[in-house]
Amino acid sequence: MQAQINAVIDAFPYLLIGAVNTAVIVLAAMGIGLVIGVLVAVGLVYGPRWLRFLLAAYLWFFRGVPILALLFLFYFGLFPYLNIQMNALAAVAVVLGLTTGAYQANIFRGAIQSLPRGQFRAASALGMSDATAIRTIILPQALRLSIAAWSNEYSIILKDSALAFVIGAPEIMARAQFVASRTYQHLPLYLAAALLYFVLTWAGVTALRKLEQKMRIPGYSGEESS
Amino acid sequence: MLSLSPFYQDLLSALNRGLVMSVALIVPSACGGVLIGIATGAIRAFGLAWMRTVGDAYAALFRGTPLVVQLFVLYYGLPNLGIYLSPYWAAVIGFILCSGAYQSEYVRGALLSIKKGQYLGAQALGFSTLQTLQSVIIPQALRRAIHGCGNEIIYLIKYSSLAYIVTCMELTGEGKTIATEYFRFTEVFAVIALYYLALVSLAMLLLKKIEKVLYIPGFGRS
Amino acid sequence: MNDTVVPVLQADNICKSFSGQRILNGVSVGLRRGEIKTLIGPSGGGKSTLLQCLNCLVLPDEGAISLDGQQIDLANKRSLYQLRQQVGMIFQEFNLFDHLNALDNITVALRKVKKISRAKAEERARLELDQVGLADKADLYPAQLSGGQKQRVAIARALAMDPQVLLLDEPTSALDPELTGEVLAVIRSLAGKGMTMLMATHQISLISTLADEILFMEAGVIVEQGEPAQLLSPGCGSKSAGFCDRLTEIAEGDCAC
Repeated sequence: MQAQINAVIDAFPYLLIGAVNTAVIVLAAMGIGLVIGVLVAVGLVYGPRWLRFLLAAYLWFFRGVPILALLFLFYFGLFPYLNIQMNALAAVAVVLGLTTGAYQANIFRGAIQSLPRGQFRAASALGMSDATAIRTIILPQALRLSIAAWSNEYSIILKDSALAFVIGAPEIMARAQFVASRTYQHLPLYLAAALLYFVLTWAGVTALRKLEQKMRIPGYSGEESS
Repeated sequence: MLSLSPFYQDLLSALNRGLVMSVALIVPSACGGVLIGIATGAIRAFGLAWMRTVGDAYAALFRGTPLVVQLFVLYYGLPNLGIYLSPYWAAVIGFILCSGAYQSEYVRGALLSIKKGQYLGAQALGFSTLQTLQSVIIPQALRRAIHGCGNEIIYLIKYSSLAYIVTCMELTGEGKTIATEYFRFTEVFAVIALYYLALVSLAMLLLKKIEKVLYIPGFGRS
Repeated sequence: MNDTVVPVLQADNICKSFSGQRILNGVSVGLRRGEIKTLIGPSGGGKSTLLQCLNCLVLPDEGAISLDGQQIDLANKRSLYQLRQQVGMIFQEFNLFDHLNALDNITVALRKVKKISRAKAEERARLELDQVGLADKADLYPAQLSGGQKQRVAIARALAMDPQVLLLDEPTSALDPELTGEVLAVIRSLAGKGMTMLMATHQISLISTLADEILFMEAGVIVEQGEPAQLLSPGCGSKSAGFCDRLTEIAEGDCAC
């Protein structure tokens, strides 16, 4: 038992640096996904037919292909093919960002479509341009309604980031695997990795719940029109 | 008849072999996951306090950690305790436990969302507990849970690719071998993507059909 | 006196179809400064669509709209935005912005459309809130306001833009009967200040006492048009009179139970 505990204690600082890399991957991916998600959602709701079709194809692809296949496709296939030089860490952030972008677009689109139509009409009636109406009236409401689903997306991306080791990104799993293969203490190290992920999930979800409470509008659930 | 280059012949025969393995992973895992999900979900909704605690802890643990880590523990970790699982069974057990945890969340939500009045109404008509369950609760809970549970199975189709990581050769694993051999990652993984897209699209279509059959006007909006 | 001759808002021969169904079939209406017209008639007759066409929330298929004698270029988005700033709209279901409190519901368009500074916008918003008797509700969100209060904020929001014309689409129809009074009082005081208004309403008191003219709409056309005294005189046999009689009966029926 002592040997197992020692193995984990020795490896812990090393794993923690992996956790920092994991956090960087997740934050970058969520940021990329947020930008893509908002733009794509607006395009899906308000865009012309051809654009909606194109964006729907993007959603279909990234929601239908496993992360693992995407990582191989992009890192070993498309990026070298297109002469894009990118280290593993950045590649993982981009691939996860594109994936969560598709899911986030779907979340935001649902939120936009759940808003009463009168909101847009009232903004237009005050002389706002479509772009101003979307920016100041529609998105602030839709994004608020999306926070719960968004925090779910965070925990999914965090867990998906554990696949980054297959292309050699030095995050938690890669480091746990590296130490385990040297010390043969597989079980304790993977349990330690699990613990780190659990803490990161819990911390992120708690922070986002706080954000949701802070952003809450008194008496508003988003379902009733006013 | 179209004749394919040796590369594509190799690729397609490998991928078809992998597809069979993928399906052999997905089907039992989906069934097992749903069964565990229903049992755990029911316990988490209506069980005794300690049973609920155990159920909640199970769900939190498996939903709070990555599936890869769970598979690593099962396949590489358990041998430290003298337990050896084959790649296939490590994958299937991992998939069942993980998807069961997610499924239980939807089942629990569906059960808890049924209004008190529905039970009272059934009791007032003289239904026994079993009859209430059978004629009122299950039909309603099924409709509330089907969307989430169905989507979970779609997730499972995608995450079955992780079996490759514990050396179970399914679609991704077979493809990776060919890709490495010919060093043609773009083509290989584009084709693999199409395989998964076909599987996922098929499952989505099926789920939509089922939801349509089960649809009741106005139900589930409150 | 020139003002009374040139209409502030003039729409000619407006036609609109939705999925092949003719909703408006060549409607013309003009509003001179300070004039109040009411739009009545059975639901589905096209009143709401006409109002929305007048500030181009719905683009007419045919016809012309002029503001201050200047024809609006319906193909140019910018000119539509300009038009809408000049023509205020009050909706049946209020359409307050749910994520903004009462004050910001009023300031948002001032700041984003008219590019007025926040301080100036807030000053103006408080003034307007005061006018509708809601000075103390500035910080409340729509979900915390009663229906009558929401509609009064909506009116304050429209007025803050200094519109030349106000269009009102059944402003009291979504309100509980006991809340209509406060909104009616605000509309009356607007009339007293000479606001130019076109309103669709089922409120008999507004139709008979405020209106300079009644427009009776049915199946996408204005079938009757005239002063209330003339159209609503007992026994004149007009459609408007019959319609108002039925509204009165319904209202009395409501009171009886």
